[in-house]
Parts: sequence; C-alpha cells; structure tokens
Amino acid sequence: MHNQNPTEATAMTEPNPEQQSRQEAGAPAPLAAAAEQPPAPRRDRDVGELELRGLRAFYGGNEAVKGIDLPFKANDVTAIIGPSGCGKSTMVRCINRMHEEIAGARAEGEVLLDGLDLYDSRIDIVAVRRAVGMVFQKPNPFPTMSVLDNVTAGLRLTGASRGEMDDRARQALVGAGLWEEVKNRLKSPGVGLSGGQQQRLCIARALAVEPEVLLMDEPCSALDPVATLKIEELIAELKQRVTIVIVTHNMQQAARVADTTVFMLDGELVEVGPTEKLFTTPDDDRTEQYVTGKFG
Amino acid sequence: MADGSHALLLDRGNLKRRNRVNRVVEIGSSIGAVIAVAVLVIVVGSVVLKGAGALSWHFLTTPSGLFGDTSGGMANALVGTLVIVAIAAAIAIPVGILVAIYTTEFASSRFAHPIGFVLDVLNGVPTIITGIFVYGLLVAGNKPSGFAGSVALAIVMLPIVARTAQEVLTLVPATLKEAAHALGIARWRTILRITVPTAAGGLITGSLLAVARAAGETAPLLLCNFIFAQGVLTDPGEGLASIPLFIFQSSESPSPEAHTQAWAAALVLIAFVLVLNVVARAFYARSRKRMGA
Repeated sequence: MHNQNPTEATAMTEPNPEQQSRQEAGAPAPLAAAAEQPPAPRRDRDVGELELRGLRAFYGGNEAVKGIDLPFKANDVTAIIGPSGCGKSTMVRCINRMHEEIAGARAEGEVLLDGLDLYDSRIDIVAVRRAVGMVFQKPNPFPTMSVLDNVTAGLRLTGASRGEMDDRARQALVGAGLWEEVKNRLKSPGVGLSGGQQQRLCIARALAVEPEVLLMDEPCSALDPVATLKIEELIAELKQRVTIVIVTHNMQQAARVADTTVFMLDGELVEVGPTEKLFTTPDDDRTEQYVTGKFG
Repeated sequence: MADGSHALLLDRGNLKRRNRVNRVVEIGSSIGAVIAVAVLVIVVGSVVLKGAGALSWHFLTTPSGLFGDTSGGMANALVGTLVIVAIAAAIAIPVGILVAIYTTEFASSRFAHPIGFVLDVLNGVPTIITGIFVYGLLVAGNKPSGFAGSVALAIVMLPIVARTAQEVLTLVPATLKEAAHALGIARWRTILRITVPTAAGGLITGSLLAVARAAGETAPLLLCNFIFAQGVLTDPGEGLASIPLFIFQSSESPSPEAHTQAWAAALVLIAFVLVLNVVARAFYARSRKRMGA
C-alpha cells in the first residue's frame, strides 16, 4: 500500500516537507497560520481508490455479506443505504478489518486500496487502520482524555514529537470544523463537549492519522438536526481529502451528502449509481420500493 | 354494559388474600433491613462506647508495654499492620488486576469462567486454612515473620481485587475499545491507555475493599506472625505486632485496663475499615459515572 502511495508513507514517518518549508521560511506562528486557513486539498485525485471484489462476510455460519463487487471513487462520498440487518455496517467494517475483531467473524474476498489488497498477508492490520479511518454511530471520545489528547491518541504510536503532534492535532481539529469551538479548552475533557462536538472530535481523531479513506457508520444517528447539518457540511469539505463511505439509515441524508449511493438488501448489492438517479429513476424495482418508503 | 363493568370492578376474588401477602412480605423485608442496619449500629456503637475513653494521642503513639503493663499503647501494632498490609497489597493488587485483565481481555469464555469460579472458591477458603498453608510454606523450619503474614493476607486479598476488577473492566464500553482499534492502536496499548484508566476508579475501589478486609484478618497472623517484639518495628523479616493480635492479646489478659485497650484498638481498626469503605464507594461512584458518560 505504501509503495503505491509514497506521499502517505513518508507523512507517517518523516516530517511533512510542506510543513518543514513553512517553518524554514520563518513564519512566526506556523500553527496559528495553519489553523486559520481552510485545509487545502492534500492529495491527487487518483489516491484513495477503493474497490471490493467478491467480498463475503460471515458471523460463524451466517453469511451477512454475500459476495459484493463495488468500486468507490476517490474524493467521492458514497452512501450505503438499506434496511436494518442488510449487511451495510458489516460490509463497511470489512474495509478497515474491524469485522474480524468479533469472535467467530471472518471475511473472504478482496478489499483493494489503490490496487493493493488490505487482506494481503504482508499488510499489518495497524497499517490498514491508519489508512482507513472510522467514525462510529455514537460519539465515543476517550473519557479519560482531554480534547487534545483525544485527537493525538492515534498519533502517539508513530513516535511523532510533541510539537509535531500538536500541529497535526490542530490541523485535524480545523479539518473537522471544531477548532474555533475548542481552541480555548484543548486541555478540558473531551466528554465535556456537546454530542455534535464530540462526534466532530471523533472525526478529528480519525483525520489526525491522515487516512486515505474515512468510513462513517451512521455518524449522525445520535445527533440532533443542527449537529447533523454541521457534520453533513463537513463531509462535503472532507471529500477533497479523503474517500468517504457513509452508512446511513436516513435516505434524505444520503440524498444530501452522497455523490454515489449504494442500495443493499439481505447482504447483496441491489443497485449502485449516481445519487440523483438512484433516488429518482432507479433501475431495480426493489430500490424504487425502498426509496419511496414502501418497506424498510 | 354498565352492569358488566361494575361486576368487573366490584369482583374482589382473592384480592384480599393477595393484599395480605403483599403486606406480610413488605413488613418482613423491612424488618430484615432494619436488623442489618441495627447490627452495624450496635457493633460500632458498643466499640465506640467502650473504646473511646482509652483512645488518646499517647495510646496511638506509644508502643505496648510488656505482659500486663497497660501504660503503653498500640503504636507498634499500628505500624506493624501498616507494613504487613502494605506488602500484602503490593503483592495482591497487581496480580489481581492482571488476572482480571487476562480474563476480560484475552481469555476465551472457556477459560474465563473457570478462573472466575476458582477466584470465588479462593474467596471462600477459611482464612485459617490460608494461614496454615503459609505457615507450612514460610514459617515451619524458619520463623514467624511479618512477611509470612503479608503473603497469607495477599492470598486473602487476591480474589477480592480480581473479582471487583473483572466487574469494572467488563463495564468499560466496548465502543471505546472499538474506537482505539479503529485508530490502529495496539491491543496492549488500548488496555494500558484506554481500558485501565477508564476503569481506574473501580480498580481502586476493589483494592481498598481488599485492604480493609486484610487489615482486620486475624487467623493468618496468629499462625504466621505470632511472635513479635514490643517495640515499633518495620522490618517484615521479623515478627511484627499487628492490630488484630493486639486486640486478641489484650482481650485475653485478665486486667480490665487491657480490656479497655482492646476496645480502643478495635475502635481504631473499625474506623480504618469504615473510612476505607466510604472512600472506596466514592471511587466506585466516580468510575460508574465516567463509564456511563
């Protein structure tokens, strides 16, 4: 994976060249400067291509995902919709290999990130989790940590220096649209924030390790409409930087945020297409019935 | 129609009997609760009544006198108990927490359940048996020592620490571990940086309860640490005085002054245990709140 993506690989181990030149230029407060500008698109269009090939997922003998082939375009937001229990969460959890954390669960098939199979035996699971970030249904900041420590929690492994970590944390908080709200309370507990802020904190935590793909498993289901709107606006900005896959129960949300929408039923992929087409002129009868509220 | 509903409303059937049973159960369980509280109040009350008079700064800071001499105090017993229990805690708390981490984080349920059962059995072993075991292991052929007492008390503490730690570690929300895994944080790091700190309050609770229990244990000390000097000693290689044995010996003495001293020492012990229990509760409440958040 790193071979395919040299910029990402170096970013994890060495100081970012961009960052370095900024410091050499003698900018008085590079951190503050970074904080005030909106995050720039930081990668080429062709990095972050994700593709599922013949993906099957099992819980013991029960097959939850039944052979899915599906490409995800880089810098696109793809929404996965479908009724409860259709396997959409399971499928997404196969992408960062969280599925196999459950006892008795396993997956078959390939998950290709920029052409490299994430299930390849040469790939460490830690590297998979850094390349593919995840945001969960309920905001889950670490309760013993401050706002800042929450964001840097995933960075500590890399041996980054304190200053470097703070810098990345600030960029991540800016990226998650949370910087202005928390810049004066970075040291206070993360769980002291509101629900919506906590979820954006979790997004910042995932962004801090600079993943190529961001998985969001019903990220707004525990939030009020205002907080939901903020997250949706954020998703639109973040797609410049990461490939986003969002599982949602809410069809309006899919229609608002997604470029491509995927409809799943009983572990199978029923239809995939541009969001507008899927919601207005779907090819499959089952899709039409679902998006028009006949079942689900 | 109206007649029908009246019949339904007025039909008492066995309601009378059910109300009576309800009353009996309510009164019976209330009496049970009152008895439980009353026992504690009577025990603590009588200890305070009989011991408070002899309690003084002099009593707390002077070592006990030789046989029958009641001009001394309990300083040696106080220090001895602190040393013995501290060593026991230093052995039992880390081991107990590690056992709990193993069973909650690593072991499959095939191993975790038997370990839980073994801990319960160990908790039920009479402490005199633990005392005899450690006597055979460390004292026979050697000499009684504070350290042998500590080992015996550590065995008493271990299941208490491990069981409560297990309980709180399973309360740590799975979503937190999931979040850590999704960030690519290694398992051991997740345990050290996320799981254990989140459960810290509960782990402290279990440890304090175990300390409180060990501080009052008498049987193991009678077997493992029964010869001690009257001076204030801190070397666990030697026999050390302890509060339970001070109470035991003073109450065996024919002198009424010694009896009063036994009550005073009992008051010190019970105050220590009560304070530990209250502090433990506070930590537990804090921990639960944190995990609920």
